[in-house]
Amino acid sequence: MQLKIEPRLETPRWLPIVSIILALILALMIGAIPLAYGGLDPIVAYTQMFRTGFFETYSFSDTIVKATPLILAGLGVTIAFRMRLWNIGAEGQLFLGAWAATGVALFWLPPTTPKVVMLAAMTLAGFAAGAVWGAIPGVLKAKLGVNEIISSLMLTYVAVEFNNYFVYGPWAAGGFGLTAPFPRTAWFPRLTDFGDIVPAFRGLTAHLGILYGIIAAVILFIIFKYSKWGYELKVIGDNPDAARYAGMNLARTIILTMIVSGGLAGLAGMSEVAGVVHRLQENFSPGYGFTAIIVAWLARLNPLAVIVVGYLFGGLLVGGDAIQPAGIPLLIQGIILFCVISADTFTRYRIRLVQPAATTALTEETVTSEG
Amino acid sequence: MKNSPYALEMQGVPYALEMRGITKRFPGVLANDNVNFAVKRGEIHALLGENGAGKSTLMNMVNGLYRPDEGQILLDGKSIKFSSPRDAIDNGVGMVHQHFMLVPTQTVSENLILGQKTPRFYINYKKLEQDIADLSQKFGLAVEPNAKIWQLSVGEQQRVEILKMLYQGAKLLIMDEPTAVLTPQEVTDLFKTLREMTATGHTIIFISHKLDEVVEIADRVTVLRRGRVESTVDGKSTSKAELARLMVGREVLFRIQKKPANPTAAALVIDHVSCENDRGLPSLRDLSLTVRSGEVVGIAGVAGNGQTELAQVIAGLRQATSGAVIVQGQNVTNQPATATIDQGLAYIPADRNGVGSSPNLNLADNLILKSYRQPPIGQGWRIDLRLVRAQAEQLIEQFDVKTPNVDLPARLLSGGNLQKLILAREISRQPKVIIAVYPVRGLDVGAIESIHQMLIDERDRGAGILLISEDLDELLSLSDRIVVLFEGQIVGEVPPDDDLINEIGLMMAGTKVEQSHAT
Amino acid sequence: MELAFLINIIEAGLRTGTPLLFATLGELITERAGVLNLGVEGMMLVGALAGFAVAYGTGNPWIGVLVAMLAGGVISLLHAFVSITLRGDQVVSGLALTFVGTGLTSVLGAPYVQVRDVPRLPVLPVPFLYDIPLIGPSILWPLFGEKQNVIFFIGLLLVPAVWFWIERTRPGLQLRAIGEKPAAADAVGVNVGALRYFYVFVGGLFAGLAGASLSLAITPLWINEMTAGQGWIAVGLVIFAGWNPWRALMGAYIFGALRRLPLDLQAIAWLPFASNPILGVWLNMIPYLFTILALVFSSREAIRKRLGAPAALGIPYVRGERGA
Repeated sequence: MQLKIEPRLETPRWLPIVSIILALILALMIGAIPLAYGGLDPIVAYTQMFRTGFFETYSFSDTIVKATPLILAGLGVTIAFRMRLWNIGAEGQLFLGAWAATGVALFWLPPTTPKVVMLAAMTLAGFAAGAVWGAIPGVLKAKLGVNEIISSLMLTYVAVEFNNYFVYGPWAAGGFGLTAPFPRTAWFPRLTDFGDIVPAFRGLTAHLGILYGIIAAVILFIIFKYSKWGYELKVIGDNPDAARYAGMNLARTIILTMIVSGGLAGLAGMSEVAGVVHRLQENFSPGYGFTAIIVAWLARLNPLAVIVVGYLFGGLLVGGDAIQPAGIPLLIQGIILFCVISADTFTRYRIRLVQPAATTALTEETVTSEG
Repeated sequence: MKNSPYALEMQGVPYALEMRGITKRFPGVLANDNVNFAVKRGEIHALLGENGAGKSTLMNMVNGLYRPDEGQILLDGKSIKFSSPRDAIDNGVGMVHQHFMLVPTQTVSENLILGQKTPRFYINYKKLEQDIADLSQKFGLAVEPNAKIWQLSVGEQQRVEILKMLYQGAKLLIMDEPTAVLTPQEVTDLFKTLREMTATGHTIIFISHKLDEVVEIADRVTVLRRGRVESTVDGKSTSKAELARLMVGREVLFRIQKKPANPTAAALVIDHVSCENDRGLPSLRDLSLTVRSGEVVGIAGVAGNGQTELAQVIAGLRQATSGAVIVQGQNVTNQPATATIDQGLAYIPADRNGVGSSPNLNLADNLILKSYRQPPIGQGWRIDLRLVRAQAEQLIEQFDVKTPNVDLPARLLSGGNLQKLILAREISRQPKVIIAVYPVRGLDVGAIESIHQMLIDERDRGAGILLISEDLDELLSLSDRIVVLFEGQIVGEVPPDDDLINEIGLMMAGTKVEQSHAT
Repeated sequence: MELAFLINIIEAGLRTGTPLLFATLGELITERAGVLNLGVEGMMLVGALAGFAVAYGTGNPWIGVLVAMLAGGVISLLHAFVSITLRGDQVVSGLALTFVGTGLTSVLGAPYVQVRDVPRLPVLPVPFLYDIPLIGPSILWPLFGEKQNVIFFIGLLLVPAVWFWIERTRPGLQLRAIGEKPAAADAVGVNVGALRYFYVFVGGLFAGLAGASLSLAITPLWINEMTAGQGWIAVGLVIFAGWNPWRALMGAYIFGALRRLPLDLQAIAWLPFASNPILGVWLNMIPYLFTILALVFSSREAIRKRLGAPAALGIPYVRGERGA
């Protein structure tokens, strides 16, 4: 028997979803191996992980807290990947967003600034800083043809050092890689802040950032589906030569897309410091910007699906905190990504076992002729 | 059938190649249906058929690229089963593909030894180049051993392909549409080479859909139609008309019916334009040309003499280094492509999949590539999706694009249907000027006829058409006048007269001809 | 003094550039075969840990190096399977490989974080360099003769070997062909898929060697994510090198020196970095910023000279598909 891979002429609607679910299950099964190596019973570990992530009293709120930066950064990655612009530097853009928001909260606006003004300024600053950080690889790509994969990633390392300079240097307060805490006016409202009105919200830390995520997802969905810009993204991503032929301005679209992509990642960083950490510190992100890549890919670059997948991964992170050693979540994320790319093959191609004698060469012939 | 394919074998002489009951299916297509086919040793056997008739598929099975679903292949009387082109080469079968299988960045010598077993490890380039020079001398196929493939003309590249097969010891040589890219003079040279090869015991299968050359070169002709063998006839005693009837199944019109042109004002003016090609070398050199509304101007020339660059400069996809391009009185030189689109310029690019369409987008999305910006499709920031769909369904109906629905990705359309889709998009905008580059390359007769008719209809509506083609028949049939492009310059202009084909050929090879025929 | 300082920087560049050289050469070979593997960072980490653990366990650094190479090669096959057999997206698959390598080594490496006494690859003194008149004692000896690790010399030998393989041998001819025009290679019977697997594996071997040379020679320790982006810099260097091994050598040594530069600059008394250590953070950005600069430079050059990546880079080969 031999493997035969041939293209599908049409993909059933259910197939992508089923294939992703199967890929996730397979990834968890493979992930059981390192868990067992680490001396954990995989079933116990996974049960605990899912319980902590999804089924306990505070699970929903805690998971939303972790999902918020994943969704925002994941949307940033989504828009870039849509046009096959490989912005893998969301982590750095996220750091810059957090940095700018911190600058506004601690140094630019007085603590007495009204909350609405303060948060609006932080939001703008966070978006703008992330956008600038995203625009650099965008401009380099559009104007000079510099590979954006490398440049966006290199800028992530630079952003981390940049952040280190401020938290250890001019903005340091009380020692080790921390700034002073934000004034309360710079805090995102959280559910627990309304505990007096709705007692059930007491102790819940989900914050305004998730609304940012949902609104951004809906806006992106509308852009992708109904707008000229969304159409241009689609064409440029599929065939840049056809886009040029249609008169589209590739350089401008690339830069604009990287600005929005970086800006969304910057919002993720801003929302993290305004909603969770309430200060800037050295390692405030456990690699949200990288996990966002997996979130985006798993969501098949569909912004609404990013919300669902972001929530799922938020739960894995919450539950994963319970699992030691710390590398396990990253490892499982990598395995998930591999399984999902493999699953993509099954949605694009039909794979059959055939008798070698009848094997034909792999071809992607057209429907009606050999033309 | 006129000859039994088994007749010779019964006399005890095995065929060089014999195929019995070959069937080959692709998803959704029956490419070959119970094909019986036999080639005698030392003959030139033409395999004639329309595009899509199954010629290439059939030969790719002899070449080891595909395997038959049913049937038997015999080489010199021995049954064989090739699982890769390597097997075919080892058994003396070589195929020269329509798209050359050469590595552009490597030298002639390197390409020749790529599939060889020797040298096993270290390549002594000095010795190798001497060997190749000797070999090319021996077969009378002149090539420069250390030239890079991308530096060679198409004709030279073809010589390298043939040489490669001979170097690998091919006894049976399959040539897939070898003349499609050659000048008439190069075709003459090729035919001479082929005859010399049969004289030294080689057998040649000559795949073609051109009747003239088949009648000229073939000892015997097998005609394929829709994957089946129609007949095998003697090349010397057959006629073009007979072959055409066998090939298409009906009488064919050799020339499209059209009224005399009625040219009016200048629609497209190219004024002393120069530009560079992708490698930064001069391409167009001070080229001037005017296309008037209501006429078809054909551009003849061997590929690589500036055709692509000319079309791109006009369409705003390549910078002109000097000169001006004027569409409908508006200077659009080095303006963004949108400027020419807005001036009513339609461009049918040579590369349907790579440039003219977005392969993974559906047909509806492909149809608005040029019109999404402006009303009625583009409304402010958004696109009117309902109108997109309605318009797509209407255009697909009107232009006879065969597809289950408008949600099909464009890459799944056959070449002919994809080209109709592109024409539907371009023509539906009522263009003033149409640039058509190789518009029917690789299409079957039915599609060719309807696309040619669309172009002529557009001419009669009043569009000025610039037709760039490497097929002289197409140029002679459609054009109202023909200019010849050589090394980025226009070397002459002739009326579309069949008797001038040799003159055009000479000009394509660079000979300046007195412009006595200029209209 | 001036000369000594310069020599110091260059010597350090040669030393710390060596892992980068291996990683760059490996990726270069893989890319010449038409496969983009962005998992270099992950493969290097796998090699670094495998080499470290085995050298520690067996007491023999050379066994460590061998196992490191094999480990890098084996993990690279994940990418080969997804990108060649399954025709998956090579960018995302390479990212996944980096995630897996980073996560895996952080899980498996936990017991080795505290280990300090790993057997190291030896320094290989070359005494005769000292005896060369004039430039011997002051230049050649401190640069190459005194404290260069044996791994440095292996790197020096590998460059001509890789160049010779690619440019002067039949396997190299096939390697170039499957990266430029796989259909042409396939048509004359070269097994494109198998060869691409092989060269992805070779890239993995090199990345594993790069990792081991870090953990067994340059910084003989195991630390989580000790490669600190060098795998990514290697991917950038392949572009900078224009897919040419000799230019990869140059690039790797320059970037080796740049990695060391922060330390060297902080030692200079009259620069502000010496008195204010926090400013050193800015110096840490140097290698990353220079990677971007190098890409800007090489892309300008590529446009000018019309050089480019192997034509089939990143495109899965499917027999019979147009344009393949």
